[in-house]
Amino acid sequence: MDFQYHVEGGDFTNAGSTSSEVKRMLKKMGVRPDIVKRTVVALYEAEVNIVAHAYRGDIFVNLEPDKVCITLKDEGPGIPNVEWAMQKGNSTASPKVREMGFGAGMGLPNIQNNSDEMHIDTEVGVGTTISFVNHFA
Amino acid sequence: MTLKEVADLLQATVITGEDFLDREVECVFASDLMSDVLTIKDHDGLLLLTGLCNLQSMRTCEMADIQMVLVVRGKVVTEDMIEIAEDNDIVVLSTPYSMYKTSGILYNAELPSIY
Repeated sequence: MDFQYHVEGGDFTNAGSTSSEVKRMLKKMGVRPDIVKRTVVALYEAEVNIVAHAYRGDIFVNLEPDKVCITLKDEGPGIPNVEWAMQKGNSTASPKVREMGFGAGMGLPNIQNNSDEMHIDTEVGVGTTISFVNHFA
Repeated sequence: MTLKEVADLLQATVITGEDFLDREVECVFASDLMSDVLTIKDHDGLLLLTGLCNLQSMRTCEMADIQMVLVVRGKVVTEDMIEIAEDNDIVVLSTPYSMYKTSGILYNAELPSIY
C-alpha cells in the first residue's frame, strides 16, 4: 500500500500530523509497539526537519507486510555538508525552531538510530530527500 | 508512586486524563528540548516534566509513547494540545511550581531519574 502526504515549510501547527496518521496505521496493522515507536520517531524528526528547514515537501509511505519504507522529499536549501549535519549538536535551525523544542542538532542522528537503513540525497539550492526502512521482525 | 500522589505533592491540577490517575510513575525525565525527549528508548512508567507548552511537546509525547506529562510554572495548555493528549490517552498535569522545585520534590520522594 502506498500513501502520500504534503508538508508545508514553516507550518508548525501541523508538524507531526503525518507521523500521527502513520502511527495509527501501523498500530492498526498490528506492528510491534517498539517498531512502531522507532518508525514514527524517525518520521517525526524528518517531518519536523521539512517544516523547520524546507519550503515544502512530500512524504511517501510504502507499507508492505514485512516492512515500511518512507521517503521524505523536500524543496529547500539542501544540506551543504551531510557529514557535518549528521554529527550530534550541529544545526542551522532558526530561533523559531529552537523555541519549538528542536534545532539541537540531534534530528538526523536520531533518524539513523531509529531506522534499519537510512539514506540522504541532497543538492544545495534544490532540496533534500531522506529515505529510511524499518523491518517488522 | 501513582500520578494522583504526584499531583498531590505538587499541588498540580489535572488538565486531562482524570481517569488514568492510578497509573504508576516509575521514573522521571525533565526537559524542554523535545529532540532530547525523542532519544529516550525504554521507559515504562515515565513521567515527563516540561516547561515547553506547545503542540510539539504533545506530538513528541505521542510519538515517543510517553503517557504522563507534567507542565511546570502553570503554563496554559491549549485546546489543541488537549485534543492530541485525549486522542492518545496522555495524562496532562499542571503545577504552579518551577522545574527546579518540581524536580526537587519528586527526587526527595525517591522517584528515580531515567538516566
